[in-house]
Amino acid sequence: MGKEQERIKIRTNDFNFYYGDNRALHNISVEIPENRVVAFIGPSGCGKSTFLRSMNRMNDVIDGTSVKGAIVINGIDIYDKTVDVVELRKLVGMVFQKHIPFPKSIYDNVAYGLYLSGRKNKTEVEGIVEQSLKRSALWEEVKDRLNESAMSLSGGQQQRLCIARAVAVDPEVLLMDEPCSALDPISTAKIEELIGELKDTYTIIIVTHNMQQAARVSDFTGFFYMGNLVEFDKTRTIFTTPSKKETEDYITGRFG
Amino acid sequence: MTPLRHHRTTRSEFQKKVLGFFAVGITVVGGFIVFGTAMFMLLHFLIKGLPHISWEFLSQAPRNNNTEGGIFPAIYGTTFLVLTMALLGVPVGTATALYLTEYAKQQSFFAKSVRFAVNTLAGVPSIVFGLFGVGFFIQFVGGGIDSLAGMEGGAVFGHPALIWASATLSILTLPVVIVSVEEALKAVPRELREASLALGATKWQTIWKIVLPNSLTGILTGSILAVGRGAGEVAPIIFVGAVYSLPELPTGVTDQFMHLGYHLFVLATQSPDVDAVAPQQYATTVVLLMLTFGLNFTATIIRSRIRKKRLG
Amino acid sequence: MTPQTSGTNPFRRRKRHIGERIAEFTVRLTASISILMIFLILTFVLREAWGITAFLTETNSDKTEKGVVNEGSKAASSDSSSPDTYGETEEVSPDVPEEYNSDVQETITDSGTVNTTGGDEPESYNPDVTDYSASEENKAEPNISHEKKTLVQNLTSDTWQPVSSEPKFGLMPLILGTAKTTFIAILIGAPLGILAAIYTAFFAPRRLREVMKPVIELLAGFPSVVIGFFCLMLVADFVQITFGVEYRLNAIVGGIGLAIAIVPVIFTITEDSLMSVPKSYREASLALGATEWQTAFKVMLPAALPGVVAAVLLGVGRAFGETMIALMATGNAAVYSASMVEPVRTLAATIGAEMGEVIWGSLHYNILFMLGVLLFLVSFSINALTEFFVKGMLAKKFQGGT
Repeated sequence: MGKEQERIKIRTNDFNFYYGDNRALHNISVEIPENRVVAFIGPSGCGKSTFLRSMNRMNDVIDGTSVKGAIVINGIDIYDKTVDVVELRKLVGMVFQKHIPFPKSIYDNVAYGLYLSGRKNKTEVEGIVEQSLKRSALWEEVKDRLNESAMSLSGGQQQRLCIARAVAVDPEVLLMDEPCSALDPISTAKIEELIGELKDTYTIIIVTHNMQQAARVSDFTGFFYMGNLVEFDKTRTIFTTPSKKETEDYITGRFG
Repeated sequence: MTPLRHHRTTRSEFQKKVLGFFAVGITVVGGFIVFGTAMFMLLHFLIKGLPHISWEFLSQAPRNNNTEGGIFPAIYGTTFLVLTMALLGVPVGTATALYLTEYAKQQSFFAKSVRFAVNTLAGVPSIVFGLFGVGFFIQFVGGGIDSLAGMEGGAVFGHPALIWASATLSILTLPVVIVSVEEALKAVPRELREASLALGATKWQTIWKIVLPNSLTGILTGSILAVGRGAGEVAPIIFVGAVYSLPELPTGVTDQFMHLGYHLFVLATQSPDVDAVAPQQYATTVVLLMLTFGLNFTATIIRSRIRKKRLG
Repeated sequence: MTPQTSGTNPFRRRKRHIGERIAEFTVRLTASISILMIFLILTFVLREAWGITAFLTETNSDKTEKGVVNEGSKAASSDSSSPDTYGETEEVSPDVPEEYNSDVQETITDSGTVNTTGGDEPESYNPDVTDYSASEENKAEPNISHEKKTLVQNLTSDTWQPVSSEPKFGLMPLILGTAKTTFIAILIGAPLGILAAIYTAFFAPRRLREVMKPVIELLAGFPSVVIGFFCLMLVADFVQITFGVEYRLNAIVGGIGLAIAIVPVIFTITEDSLMSVPKSYREASLALGATEWQTAFKVMLPAALPGVVAAVLLGVGRAFGETMIALMATGNAAVYSASMVEPVRTLAATIGAEMGEVIWGSLHYNILFMLGVLLFLVSFSINALTEFFVKGMLAKKFQGGT
C-alpha cells in the first residue's frame, strides 16, 4: 500500500487549541488516511485526547475553549461557521474511555441514535440494531435479552455495546478515547480484534496509553508530547526507526 | 501557617490540661444544649399531642370555638395550597436548575446574576413575600385580570385567594427546588451527556432523553422539600388568603382556605380559653410536624440514595 | 480554503433546529424569573409604600380617611382575625372623597370604586381637611412645609400607635425592639451553634455524631409557628419563673425563640465550613504536637472563620426578618425602652399583626409596606455581604493555601 494511494479523510492545518489562555495544542498538522486505524500515543496530559475530541467538536461543551487553524473532514473545515455540529457528530462517532451505556435497555441503547434522527420505522430500526450488534461482535451474546438493562452487561460487553451504539448511526469516522483502559485483557483483545474488522468500513482514530496496543491495532501512529505532534508516520516506522529523539525515548520507556 | 506557632506557650502542662478540659467542655455543653432542645421540643409535642389525635380530629371541622371537632379543613387547605404551589414552582425551579447546570457559562454575568438572585431569594424574610403577594399578585395581577375582564376590582381574582398564596409560596420555595434539582442534575455523569452528544443528539435531546430521566428522583426530592418548607410557612399567607375559619371547603383556586400553621397560630393567640383548646393546639402541632418532618425525612432518604448511587 | 464538493458532507449546511432554539430560549427565560422576582419584590413592595410620599405634603391626621376599603380584603380581614386588637378600627369616613391623588386612584381602580378625577377639585376637600386636622391636632397649622415635617417627625417619634384618632407612626420602638430581639438571639444562638458545630465536627464520638447532627438539623425543620407556640407555652413560663420578670412575654422570650430558629442555620454552615478545611491542616497541627483541642480552636476554627462569619450573618438576617416567633413570643407591645424584660414589637411582627386589618391604601398600609422595604433591603445587604465579602475571603484563603 503505497503512501500515494492513500485517500485522505481528515487533514488538519496548524490546528491550535486553547483552554482559556492556556494553549493545549500547538500547530498540529496531520493527514489521516481513509479506512485506516490511526493511533495517537503519548504521556498523560500531552494533548492527544484533546485533539481527538476536537475532531467531532466535543470540546465545544467545555466553557472557555477556543481553536485556531482548521480540521478538514471530507473537504470541509469542521470549525467553519456554517457547519452543523449535530450533523458533524453523526458523521464522526465517538467511543469513550468509560464504558457507560445509557441506563436503558440494550436495544434502546443501540436505537437511541436512530430515534434521534427521527427514524421510527420499527422493522428498519430492528434491522439496524441487529446489524450494529453483529458488527460489534455482541449479537450472539445479547440477542436473547435485548430488553434487559444495559447495566447488566459485563464491562467488556458494555464497551462493545457503546461501539454498537456509535456504529448504528452510520458514521464514517470512529474516534476511540482509550477504549480499553478500563477493561480486562480478554475484553481488550476482543475490542482490538473488533477494531481490525471495523476499519474496512470506518476511518478509526484511537487514543491510547498502551504502546503495545497502538503497535497491534494501528496502521499509523502519532506521538504527542506537551501539546505538540512530535512525529507521525506508519506504525512500523514509529516503533522501529523513529526519527525524533523524544519519540524514541518514550517508546523505549525512558519516560512517561 | 502562623496559627501553628501559637501553641508554643510557656504554660505548664497542668494549666494546659485544665484549659483543654474547659475548651472541650464548653463545646460539649453547647452541643448538648442544642441537641437537648431539639429532642425536648420533639418529645414535648409528641407526648402532649399524639394522645389527642383521632380519626375524628383528622376528619372533622372545628366546633365550639375550636375546643371540639377536628382540623380537617386546615389539612385540606394546606394540602391544596402546597400542591398548587408545587405545580407552579417546580417547573420554574427545574428549568432554572437546567439553565444553571446545562446552559450557563459559569463566568457569564447572567449566570452569576441568577445565582445571586436565587441566594437572595432564599434570604428574603418570609413576611416580605406576604407583602409582595398583596402588592403584586392580589392588587396588580389579580386586580388587573379582573379589570381586564371588565369586572369590578376584587370580584374574582383581585382578593386574597389560594392561588395567590400558592404563587407567593412557590417563589419563596423556589431556591429549595433549584438547589435540589441542581444537585440531581450534577449527579448525572458528564460521560452520559457526551455519549449522547457524540451520537448526534442536540443539547435539548440530550437533556430531555438522558439528563432529565436520570434526575427524576432529584426533582422529586426538590419538590418534596419545597412542599415541606411551604407547608410550615405562615407569615407569607396570613393576608394573602389564609383565613381563621371557613363555612365550606375551598373548591377552586380563587377561594380562601384554612391552613394548619395559621390555625395553630390562631389557636395559640386568639383563644378565649387557653386550657380548653390546649389539646387541639398540641394535636394540630403534631399533625403539622408530621407533615413537614415526614416530607423532609422522605426527601432525605431519596437524596442519600442518589448520593450513594453517585459514589458507587 | 475552498471546500471541495464531496459526496458525503451532510454537515455542510447548518440546520435550523427550531425546537432546540425554543427550548433554550424557554429555559433561559425561566431562569431569569429569579432575577425578575427580586426586582418585582422590591418594585411592588416599594410601589405600595410609595403612597407615603403623598402624605408628606398632606396633613398627617387624615390618613385613615384616605384609605379605600378593598372589598375583598375587608372580607378577608373580617374572617381572619388578627392577634392583637387595637380597640376599634376606625371607620372610613364617608364624606371625604376617596380620590385625591394619583396613588389612591390606583387603589380605587383595583377595588373598582367609581373613579372620578382626582386633581380636579382640590379646593373641595382641602379646607375641610385642614379644619379637621386643626381640630384634631392643636399644633397643626395649615402650613404645608410645617406639615411636611410633621410626618417625618411622626415617623421618628418614639410612639407606635397606628390605630387611634391621632395615629402615631414612630418607628423607633419597632427598630429598637427588632434590635433587642435580634441581639439576644445572636448572643444565645451564635455561641451555641458554633460550639455545637465544633463538638460534632471534632470531639463527639462517631456514633453520637451520627445521632446529634440529624437531630440538630431537624430543628431547622420546625416551622416557626411551632417554635413560637413552644415559646408561648413553655419558654415564657421558664423565663418568668427563672428571672421573676413582670411581663410573661418579653424581649428575652422572643430572643430565645429566635435563637432556636437560627441555631440550626449557624450550626449547619459552621459545621460545613469546619469540615471543608483541608485535612492536612489538622494533620500538620497534630504532627507538631498540638492537642486535639488546640488544633480545633487555634487551627481549624480560624481557618473556617469566613464560613463562621457567614453563618452568623445569615443568622442575623433570619432573626431580623422572622415573623411568627416574634409575633407570638415577644408580647407585641411597642414599648420604647432599653429593658430586656419588657415586651417588644419587631418590624416583621408589626407587619404580620397589622396587615390583616389595615385599610388598604391608607397611610398605615403604606407604612407597613415601607417596613417591608426596610426588611428587604437589610436582608439583601446581609446576603450581598456574605456573598461577596465572605466568599471572596474563603476563596483567597484556600486558593492560596493549597
